[in-house]
Amino acid sequence: MKYFRASDTFQFNAEKCTGCGRCVEVCPHNVFKIENRKAAPVNSDRCMECGACAENCEFGALIVKRGVGCAAAVITGLLRGTEPTCDCSGPSGKCC
Amino acid sequence: MKFEPVQKKLPPLSPVIRASECGCPPVKNITPADIADELKNETWFAGLIDTPAGPVPQVSTEIKLSERIGHIRARTSSFRMKFSLKPGLYAVGSPVSSSDIFVTANYRLSFDHLRKALEGMNAWILVLDTAGINVWCAAGKGTFGTDELIRRIKLTDIKKYVEHRKLILPQLGAPGINAAEVRRNTGFRLSYGPVRADDIKKYIEKGYTADEEMRLVKFTMKDRAVLIPMEINMIKEKLIYFILAAFLYSALQPEGIIFKDAVTSGYTLITAGIISVAAGAVLTPLLLPFIPFRSFAVKGGITGAVALLIIEHCTGAFSSVNLYFYSAVIILFTLISSYIALQFTGATTYTSLSGVKKEIKYSLPVYIAGFFVSTILLVISKIYEWGYL
Ligand code: SF4
Ligand code: SF4
Repeated sequence: MKYFRASDTFQFNAEKCTGCGRCVEVCPHNVFKIENRKAAPVNSDRCMECGACAENCEFGALIVKRGVGCAAAVITGLLRGTEPTCDCSGPSGKCC
Repeated sequence: MKFEPVQKKLPPLSPVIRASECGCPPVKNITPADIADELKNETWFAGLIDTPAGPVPQVSTEIKLSERIGHIRARTSSFRMKFSLKPGLYAVGSPVSSSDIFVTANYRLSFDHLRKALEGMNAWILVLDTAGINVWCAAGKGTFGTDELIRRIKLTDIKKYVEHRKLILPQLGAPGINAAEVRRNTGFRLSYGPVRADDIKKYIEKGYTADEEMRLVKFTMKDRAVLIPMEINMIKEKLIYFILAAFLYSALQPEGIIFKDAVTSGYTLITAGIISVAAGAVLTPLLLPFIPFRSFAVKGGITGAVALLIIEHCTGAFSSVNLYFYSAVIILFTLISSYIALQFTGATTYTSLSGVKKEIKYSLPVYIAGFFVSTILLVISKIYEWGYL
């Protein structure tokens, strides 16, 4: 299943990449492959912006604008004039 | 079955939480008997085992019937938050200093999946304090995070129990964890295991590597189906207002509010409401990949409109009132179904924040416009019904 995503949320800098493979290990949507000893974001349109790759890349080769894709959080944020706010982790709601 | 917050039930004594955590001097030395006493009512507690570094609570790998019922309740109701356990170090089987350490959240479903998957093994479980939230969500919020992991490694003195320096984390915890920082601070190297705890044995067989299949997050029909009760649960509270409004609208007469007239068009509105909830919260999630377009708002709208038109085709219920009413119902409840489906983005495993923002940017004006148009149509329908038109 695919979804849309803004193109500026995910940046990969091949020069800094050492090909360590950590991003391949953590990405839940198989966005990366290692090609010629470097990571290659071959499926970047499947990225869900979880930020796992950027958080775990030791060499700063990845930057992800992370966030949770939840309409309720975005709407709450809009109403309050803030960033998406998830207040459903309280005792009454579902999570995320 | 009681669902009290575990934190409340247990006194602040634990084998694995040192006095230094609360900053107060220990009142008395914690004896193994205290630990056993504290945990004796936990369904998963299997006794204490002695290790060279001290006693550790042992967990059973069997999931009892009462726990299965607890899982269902956790998924369907708001008891979810209270379904937690005490953070700390636990043992599966009789682990030794070379046994693997698996890290998880203090949400019972996460913990239960893990201990079941470790059946027949000797291993350690390190439970982080995620405030009773599952690994995936907690990682997004940062409570399953670098700081908590470092803190828990230190608080539990886990280095005294093992000679190796490797932790196995669930892959879904990765968004919250900076592996390099954990290594610098504690000396522990992190390995990310499979997404699903069930694959742990396979992961070990393959030499502690997760293949593509194990790393991939899926969203199967079953995964989607278990989320439906929660979706319905969230709508339930609003339903009563809707039913009141529907009856009030139909009871409105030039002479005042007359409830004996309320029945027909009131029930028609309520039927449409139920159809839109079923379309948005049940059919759309279930049939997600089969409904055209990527947008959840569009998917929900399509399902809603189709469901409403099928019911109309079979019963003629909406058009029998009048044409204004018919149009209002189709517009309003298609949009409600769309809106409910849009809410499902919060439960999926693949929607991105920037994508959701984009959807909302386009759909919100449509919702507002549609709501106005259908309100006006409903008013006209009422005037028509009174014979002024
Ligand atoms: S984690 Fe960073 S350095 Fe390692 S392969 Fe991926 S992008 Fe390259
Ligand atoms: S942000 Fe998450 S989904 Fe996107 S590429 Fe990185 S790890 Fe994969």
